[in-house]
Amino acid sequence: MSDHPSTYQPNTAIERWLDTRLPIIRFGADLMSFPTPRNLNYWYTFGGILAFCLGVQIVTGIVLAMHYDPSGAGAFLSVQRGIMRDVNYGWLIRGLHANGASMFFLAVYIHILRGLYYGSYKAPREVLWLLGCVIYVLMMATAFMGYVLPWGQMSFWGAKVITSLFGAFPFIGKPLTALLWGGFSVDEPTLNRFFSLHYLLPFAIAAVVALHIWALHVPGNANPTGVEVKSKSDTLPFHPYYTVKDLFAISVFMILFAVFVFYMPEALGKVDNQSMADPLKTPAHIVPEWYLLPFYAILRAIPDKLIGVLALAGALGMLFILPWLDTSKVRSMRYRPQYRMFFFIWIVACAALGWCGAQEPDGQVIHGLTTFNLIDYDLNSVTWLSRISSIYYFAYFLVITPLLGLTETPLPVPDSLYTPVLSHPAGVPSGAAAAPETKG
Amino acid sequence: MLRKILAAATFAGLVAVAGPSLAGSTQAPLKEVHWSFDGPFGKYDQAQLQRGFKVYKEVCSACHSLNEIAFRNLGDPGGPFWNPKYKNSNDNPVVKAIAKDYQIADIDSDSGDAIKRPGTSADYFPSPFANTAAARSANGGAVPPDMSLLAAAREGGPDYIYSVVTGDGTDAPAGLTIPDGKYYDPWMPGDVSAYYKGDPAKTPVGGFIAMPPPLIADRVTYDDGTKATVEQEGKDVAAFLAWASDPKMEERKSLGLSVMIFLFVLTGILYGSYRKIWSNAGH
Repeated sequence: MSDHPSTYQPNTAIERWLDTRLPIIRFGADLMSFPTPRNLNYWYTFGGILAFCLGVQIVTGIVLAMHYDPSGAGAFLSVQRGIMRDVNYGWLIRGLHANGASMFFLAVYIHILRGLYYGSYKAPREVLWLLGCVIYVLMMATAFMGYVLPWGQMSFWGAKVITSLFGAFPFIGKPLTALLWGGFSVDEPTLNRFFSLHYLLPFAIAAVVALHIWALHVPGNANPTGVEVKSKSDTLPFHPYYTVKDLFAISVFMILFAVFVFYMPEALGKVDNQSMADPLKTPAHIVPEWYLLPFYAILRAIPDKLIGVLALAGALGMLFILPWLDTSKVRSMRYRPQYRMFFFIWIVACAALGWCGAQEPDGQVIHGLTTFNLIDYDLNSVTWLSRISSIYYFAYFLVITPLLGLTETPLPVPDSLYTPVLSHPAGVPSGAAAAPETKG
Repeated sequence: MLRKILAAATFAGLVAVAGPSLAGSTQAPLKEVHWSFDGPFGKYDQAQLQRGFKVYKEVCSACHSLNEIAFRNLGDPGGPFWNPKYKNSNDNPVVKAIAKDYQIADIDSDSGDAIKRPGTSADYFPSPFANTAAARSANGGAVPPDMSLLAAAREGGPDYIYSVVTGDGTDAPAGLTIPDGKYYDPWMPGDVSAYYKGDPAKTPVGGFIAMPPPLIADRVTYDDGTKATVEQEGKDVAAFLAWASDPKMEERKSLGLSVMIFLFVLTGILYGSYRKIWSNAGH
């Protein structure tokens, strides 16, 4: 792993024998002793939390698949009668799996926001960031297909709305949706293929996670200062320092998780999904799960279906090209107060989009206020709030990030990540666009 | 640390308020009931579940199925007829007696003829109608929803059920034309504006329901001597349906308590370990 010299000493004959054939113990030992910046805060524990989430989803999912029947007539019954009532602790396994999906997204959003804030996507970590984006997209696909499996009303109609989006593409739209559905509407073949893919994709995620961790171990961790590790004294071995910190964080996270699983297992779900899928009865209000709401709002903000779908994809695409949009040489927003302000507004815009995604498009934002119509909707409508938020979402990446990097004057960046304690700055400029740290 | 928990809590709160709103559809505020099963330590009131089952059996079951529930479930822990003496609920004599009263469609294993036989604990509650089409035709075009998950499938759960079944449906507001075979119910989410002649600002809230007001006083005679008022019957049947849709609630909450205690101790130990290990980190 990069320039981290192996410190593993095989002490027994068996270890020496194995080490010259398959140095798997060395691999594990080096992973554990990997030098890690000593200043990582709690925001950096979400990587470990996410690994925990993936493990929970895979283990509970494998058990659920043992009791699940992916047929149009049997799916709802196998979940509601079989798993929830007859399988020993089936309610717990399903509660962990269904709420686990929300927990997984909560953690991944915090993990992504942390990467954005501390500039973790910048050179030399672009591939690490891109792999993370791939994991995120795979997670969304997996979660969406998993939500279809209980075959409730929202499963069915959500599948219908989302798969129909592919029909917006010219020429390939129709054959593409027919391929997704396995027919001419959402039906049992759709359920079967979604079940198959829902079982497959998590292992693809696990594989990309392995690459993600590999890509992490080449340049090593970034850290809150954004200053690269300069000497061994800047680091601590991953184990025991970060294993124990991650375990503590996972334990706190499990408390929140358990509150949902044991005391409000349906709080994040939709009541409509407790009725069996009925192709003849459209629910009053079709809404995706909370973690997809911002994208759903972007989709609906645009009157043209195809452009809406492209905007939805583009919103994700922004994350992929971000490393090449950010022109600033300063990594961490700690030293970029202006960019930080725009970033917080961006979070508010994402939250606003999330809120909009759960509302009716013509709902009023401020109750009782009617203004004037503009492009089909009143200015005081959910649609217009979505439009404004969407514009900001894209402008943040395409305009603010490239321009601000060139114009803003960052705060002084420290010499090294432990400047205040480890060394006494001599006033030598080191942060690229920054003045030297002058505090003594 | 605290900041992270707060951030997570805020996020969860945000998610909670981002619930759907139904434009066009209106509904009167639900009647709120204090249920024995509210809160993290709440449990079902077994006597209430038994009364509620009686209301279901003698009133609701004429039209509403209970597809997910087997007779044996009535004798499961936390259920209306749970008796610690019968760990296997199939052996519970009360459950057996209830099952025997139902006629279950089956195939005679000797002749292959379609027959009806008395139910056993292992059978599921039979549907009152042969199929959906029969249910629709017998109920003026509306299919009575299956009741096994009704409390989970409606916003407000048991409060909603209580509100709907105790509305008397007779006091339809003036100016509202009620379609044939329907009843006005302020708690049924809907939009009646097309049927209302009058000030649009005063359009009645709620919608139409195909179910006639189901409960009247003394519709059932309770075995425990409880006075069978409409409110009492409504509360009891709503509690029974809450149990039907979430029969593992007591098991869930009691395991939850142990898990919570375990997690708090584990978190404390891990925090101590973290402090101890990092005290050697040296700066």
